[in-house]
Amino acid sequence: MATSLHSVNHALFKSASTSSLSPSPVFRLNSTTAGFNFKPLISSSSAIITRAAVSSSESGESHNRETFHGLCFVLKDNIDTDQIIPAEYGTLIPSIPEDREKLGSFALNGLPKLYSERFVVPGEMKSKYSVIIGGDNFGCGSSREHAPVCLGAAGAKAVVAESYARIFFRNCVATGEIFPLESEVRICDECKTGDVVTVEHKEDGSSLLINHTTRKEYKLKPLGDAGPVIDAGGIFAYARKAGMIPASSSG
Amino acid sequence: MASSVISSSPFVCKSSSSSKKDLGFSSFTKSSQISIHRCQKKSISRKIVSVMAPQKDRSPGTTGSVKTGMTMTEKILARAAEKSLVVPGDNIWVNVDVLMTHDVCGPGAFGIFKREFGEKAKVWDPEKIVVIPDHYIFTADKRANRNVDIMREHCKEQNIKYFYDITDLGNFKANPDYKGVCHVALAQEGHCRPGEVLLGTDSHTCTAGAFGQFATGIGNTDAGFVLGTGKILLKVPPTMRFILDGEMPSYLQSKDLILQIIGEISVAGATYKTMEFSGTCIENLSMEERMTLCNMVVEAGGKNGVIPPDATTLNYVENRTSVPFEPVYSDGNASFVADYRFDVSKLEPVVAKPHSPDNRALARECKDVKIDRVYIGSCTGGKTEDFMAAAKLFHAAGKKVKVPTFLVPATQKVWMDVYALPVPGSGGKTCAQIFEEAGCDTPASPSCGACLGGPADTYARLNEPQVCVSTTNRNFPGRMGHKEGQIYLASPYTAAASALTGHVTDPREFLQ
Repeated sequence: MATSLHSVNHALFKSASTSSLSPSPVFRLNSTTAGFNFKPLISSSSAIITRAAVSSSESGESHNRETFHGLCFVLKDNIDTDQIIPAEYGTLIPSIPEDREKLGSFALNGLPKLYSERFVVPGEMKSKYSVIIGGDNFGCGSSREHAPVCLGAAGAKAVVAESYARIFFRNCVATGEIFPLESEVRICDECKTGDVVTVEHKEDGSSLLINHTTRKEYKLKPLGDAGPVIDAGGIFAYARKAGMIPASSSG
Repeated sequence: MASSVISSSPFVCKSSSSSKKDLGFSSFTKSSQISIHRCQKKSISRKIVSVMAPQKDRSPGTTGSVKTGMTMTEKILARAAEKSLVVPGDNIWVNVDVLMTHDVCGPGAFGIFKREFGEKAKVWDPEKIVVIPDHYIFTADKRANRNVDIMREHCKEQNIKYFYDITDLGNFKANPDYKGVCHVALAQEGHCRPGEVLLGTDSHTCTAGAFGQFATGIGNTDAGFVLGTGKILLKVPPTMRFILDGEMPSYLQSKDLILQIIGEISVAGATYKTMEFSGTCIENLSMEERMTLCNMVVEAGGKNGVIPPDATTLNYVENRTSVPFEPVYSDGNASFVADYRFDVSKLEPVVAKPHSPDNRALARECKDVKIDRVYIGSCTGGKTEDFMAAAKLFHAAGKKVKVPTFLVPATQKVWMDVYALPVPGSGGKTCAQIFEEAGCDTPASPSCGACLGGPADTYARLNEPQVCVSTTNRNFPGRMGHKEGQIYLASPYTAAASALTGHVTDPREFLQ
């Protein structure tokens, strides 16, 4: 759902130049079914509607998305926010750098005993794992941003899950703390904690997870609507590019 | 301007059949003026064309063109985005009516607000922000206490009108402004109004959908953005419809209904979707029962829950606010992505077994599960009616509890109701009296309490691997504290019945 391509409000791009990071407007047309309940054009504040290819590619631009390489940490389904960061650490304020660091040290502390490996070794501040692999409904539960923040603070670069809970996904996108990617198959059943992996982004907007230990490759779903926000660096950067809020104020 | 040849709508083209294609394009947009004229030139006399000159700024809503039906949620978001039409999948910038935050996420949200908009920045509207400390209040944890102090500073600086402050942690009653659990306080203080957009830095913000508004949880960064702009970027969700008909059995509560539904569709069954509840059963629910239903929409992955406002809603709301509002309702020809129907008269009390809210089982089939404690509280199951229900069952049973039974009223008002309101059928006894007679713990200071564990000294926190029947909303590993704790989510009736037997118990054992 997050990754399927839909129309975007044109008001966003009122004052944005046709920079490489603005997605093209999308023309949406549904065929009439017995003349009933057809969907009209998405309304636009500009009189010009350009036809764009309805594909996941944002033609012609490079995304400048980092390639992530390192060890992976494998989790199963329904990893809720309390397992990612137990609620008792919710007293730490993510926007305070020292607190954020502490949050990183507690990342995935809430995992039950069946996970024998610790994501962050007790006493350390950062994790040796760069990519987290998950199953369905990753990040379900709370809206607390402490969840993606602690993972990012611990040094993880990307999550590759089969599917996400919406608030967690949204928080990843808004904060830019960790890259949320969706797999097409249950990678969590085919990878083991400690496997060496690379997450590669292609020019056409798609991504790939390469497991060097098992020598298998997995195509990942394109980011869809979230792509432009992630590429910009989070919701604030995106809104600035779109002219929704003024350019960064100092201090 | 209407003539007999052409209808009053410029978008209805009466010429050739090729116009049908244009119809598909021509609603609501300026660009469609091009297609209208193409259509008209073919078939209509010059005279009428000149009457139908383009009206550049004509509001699409006045055209009278064929109307695409919208669901309640789509309508609320369309209006908040100042659009006449939205469809699921649209990413739109929406005006926010109310932003709520609490002690856990408030400091972070304001921190981001200042970082991004500047140290001297002012919030978009100091009367549309409601700050409700409720999560980690009655604790010695210094960081938790610091967070309430931080919120006080922000509210003072920004002149935030609604800050339900607490300074005396030793005696909650000594704090006239303090309310308690944010979602219950929002409703009680009149901040929930039909047709509005309410955002909160808490996943259970969806509770307010009971009032026929769009309400959902967001993170600190989004909240920081809203603080500065009063807007948020949202993707319009498709709506799943749940029609609940039939007469509610006397032993069933809306907690049973929502656990039934979550068990049906799973914890990801409504991801990114709206859950719309209607039907005769819903119409007969009180506002608090409707709140319980919408509260756990997030446990099914739902983006928001909605219930069409009716006389019950208006009666509640109009007694608490004088801010004008305008309810909306789903159109008859709106599109729903799924339809579920339930005959509630056939349903039985259920629980969600460890460790997932969708791990549904009939309460009566869990009667061999020995339990260590019972917890009645939280936004889900700590409202006045929840305590009334538990008291009613205790009174009917006339017995004492067999396990420690913790009671945490959600707000100051609930606490007062527990001590003041007579329980029907008890000969004038209050909940508090009945609880005492049954051997429950004394009702505690109102807050979120142990629902989410909290700092180590939180009242009723699960500090050992015990089995707890709880009226709360989540039972993932470690939710109430200890990682090996086993939490059975249940209705207040089921929780009370279980307390009396020391096992998970169907309330019909005591209520028939």
